Amino acid sequence: MTLSDTDLAAIVLSLKLAGTVTVILLVLCTPLAWWLATTRSSWRGTVNAVVALPLVLPPTVLGFYLLVAMGPQGFIGEITTWLGLGTLPFTFTGLVIASLLYSMPFVVQPLQNAFLALGKRPLEVAATLRAGPLDRFITVVLPLSRGGYVTAAVLGFAHTIGEFGVVLMIGGSIPGETRVVSVEIYDHVEALQYANAHSLAAIMLVFSFLILLGLYSVQSRSTASLWPSR
Amino acid sequence: MAESLSNTLNDRGQAPIQARLQLDYGSAFQLDVDLTIPGKGITGVFGPSGSGKTSLLRCIAGLEQAQPGKLIVKGKIWQDQHYQLPTHQRPIGYVFQEASLFEHLSVQRNLDFARKRASGQPDPAQQQRIASLLDITPFLHRYPHELSGGERQRVAIARAIMVNPEVLLMDEPLASLDNERKRDILPYLEELHASYNTPIIYVSHSVEEIARLADHVILLDKGRVVDEGLPANIFSRLDLPLLPGDEPGVIVQATVIEREQDWRLIRVGFDGGELWTQDNDEPLGSTVRLRILARDVSLTLSLQQDSSILNRVAAVVDEIATNNQQSAVTLVRLKAGREYFIARLTRRSVNQLSLHPGKRVWAQIKSAALVR
Amino acid sequence: MCFAESSRSAVLKRACFLLTVILLPTSLLAQAADIRVAVAANFARPMKVLAEQFSEDSAYTLTVSLGSSGKLYAQIVHGAPFDLFFSADQEKPLALEQRGLAQSGTRFTYALGALLLWSGSKPAGTSVKELLLTGEFQRLALANPRFAPYGTAADDVLQNLGLLEQTRSKRVLGENIAQTFQFVASGNADLGFVALSQLTPLESVAAQSIWRVPATLHRTIRQDAVLLAHAADSDAAREFLTFVRSERAARIMEAHGYRAPSHSGIQQQ
Repeated sequence: MTLSDTDLAAIVLSLKLAGTVTVILLVLCTPLAWWLATTRSSWRGTVNAVVALPLVLPPTVLGFYLLVAMGPQGFIGEITTWLGLGTLPFTFTGLVIASLLYSMPFVVQPLQNAFLALGKRPLEVAATLRAGPLDRFITVVLPLSRGGYVTAAVLGFAHTIGEFGVVLMIGGSIPGETRVVSVEIYDHVEALQYANAHSLAAIMLVFSFLILLGLYSVQSRSTASLWPSR
Repeated sequence: MAESLSNTLNDRGQAPIQARLQLDYGSAFQLDVDLTIPGKGITGVFGPSGSGKTSLLRCIAGLEQAQPGKLIVKGKIWQDQHYQLPTHQRPIGYVFQEASLFEHLSVQRNLDFARKRASGQPDPAQQQRIASLLDITPFLHRYPHELSGGERQRVAIARAIMVNPEVLLMDEPLASLDNERKRDILPYLEELHASYNTPIIYVSHSVEEIARLADHVILLDKGRVVDEGLPANIFSRLDLPLLPGDEPGVIVQATVIEREQDWRLIRVGFDGGELWTQDNDEPLGSTVRLRILARDVSLTLSLQQDSSILNRVAAVVDEIATNNQQSAVTLVRLKAGREYFIARLTRRSVNQLSLHPGKRVWAQIKSAALVR
Repeated sequence: MCFAESSRSAVLKRACFLLTVILLPTSLLAQAADIRVAVAANFARPMKVLAEQFSEDSAYTLTVSLGSSGKLYAQIVHGAPFDLFFSADQEKPLALEQRGLAQSGTRFTYALGALLLWSGSKPAGTSVKELLLTGEFQRLALANPRFAPYGTAADDVLQNLGLLEQTRSKRVLGENIAQTFQFVASGNADLGFVALSQLTPLESVAAQSIWRVPATLHRTIRQDAVLLAHAADSDAAREFLTFVRSERAARIMEAHGYRAPSHSGIQQQ
């Protein structure tokens, strides 16, 4: 089982993409999930539905709309051109933005569930102990939602690694820039180079499994030590 | 309003808690109270469940927003028409019904959480005292899930005190514990009462807890104040809403007069008579609190000397409950000096003895428990 | 969570069924047709007309399944019950024949593709060919030369024009010619090699925005078809192959921007 240089470049690119997307999503989704978990606004349902849309839209459809929206005539494209960034398809930044949308529900929902499971009580307790809103969030909500964060990170990372349709639509298969592992595997299959496809797929499978296994066992251990028998 | 408030403040010579609060949760529940809560000692808020006790406490803590509401604590406005001091800026301590310790922090770090955010200068000596008073020093390094229910609640109480509150709010702190654990903690609370100057508002639906702890009682029902005053007055009401299993009974304040070492008895005197009770080494001259249950009080028309019952007190029938015509038994309130007793008698006995308000009787008291 | 032994095999069966459904084009399951044709996506439009005409003239019905040649090939290798395979290249029908999955002697080139250089957002006063030669563009879209015939042809063109190196950083690759078309149509690539068939009829396209790439600049884009082994005895399938080779079929293909190999219809520029 040998890997070519382009295979290695694709692996590195996939890891870089998934890592970047996961970190950005955890930061972006924290306030969003908090708002969704706590608001009584009538907008909650709408926002929830919009966030969940990528779950039901076929990735290639999402990718197609992104291609159009990010293009020179699209509204995102006009904004990025105006900002001097040019257009985003066929760039790593474009992939990151597309992946953010695509993987967002996988990060928002575990966080939202963790915040909901927390309930109001720990926050009320913290408030009666003189902790202000930000203080409460950092010292109480974050540590108590650790399990939710692990799940969100794992799902966000794994989902971005596995993403294919969107990348295919807006990536342009540029080595080192947009040709991620899933696209590389697809290219091998299309070129009837099944052996190469199998090698790369096997590596990704084992790698993803190990990451998931590692994170989930860390999660179950921390959960076990914190809340063993309740 | 402001004028009458400041008058009240001046009248009392100290700064109590003024609370005029309304909460409206539709027809299901309403709170509508106008209260003055003493600025020292323990104020017991008593009433059946759903009477608004917890809501009152939550409004004072700012966890619930009464509308309209006005809340002045020790001269500072916590809430009025235009202003609501956020919970985390109110100098309160709050003990919840369940311990609500932070599960991710050890006992020590739970206490540190409060200590770091305490108002004013932290007093290490006092904190040390509280830790030893509540006997939590042995498990400071443990995590909440490693503690028993009673231990958790003691930590929660210590933590609430660590923030140096100006008012300590306790919401049924013993309700989640079984009777044995309750008996474990009650002495700590009594000790707290004796050594801790901060006013405490103590919510409970347990007569026993309120009887043992409270200096002042507020009786709530359906979101409104039914009565308030000294425990002796509140607990001598014949219509007190009681939990199943809770015995009606009164609280009598008395002074230790004499000790009979051989019989392990002490004689205590109160305004209206004297009683013998078990000696628990209270010093002579100290003030004690006795709880006398209605079922332990029987009546005779003449003084009977040939009875096993030690305590006989001359009293006058004050009131006979009329709200229990379907039952064989009824309650009779007696007055002896300034103190009250309640006797539980069959309605037949009431009839045979021709009891009526103003009639002189002898109350035979089978047992009087020292509660403090 | 664990399944009882009996329900486990039920689950396995269901999984196999699901896989089959996913791998097979759904139209196959919808109705049993006389002829089942697997067709490379770029040939979809002419095939639709061919199928209609054929069904009118004969007693047979035709069911068309579309996909990339690579996917259809993989499905055929794994037992998909197609009668005919119309590939976008020559390589895959040949491979099927070598594996004994196609009837030998039935393989033939049914259509020749033509390559266009196209720009949807070209500045006025220049031609697309000039843009390509001068390098005045941001992105050049082409199908992936590794496996897409139009991509291989586009690669030939760049090589023959000596532009391979200087366009390397500007090239974006579509997984197939349809996606390449989208890249140009959405304006994300200002220049791209697409199939003539995709822009046919050309009347509505500005002359300056396309360049018909001379066939001499690239290897011929031959699309081959083959009769699959399991339909060796199907008269219907053989009849359809004959129809595809007819004069009438050639006219239909020409109207869609393809050339039939036996008819030199479209002139080279």
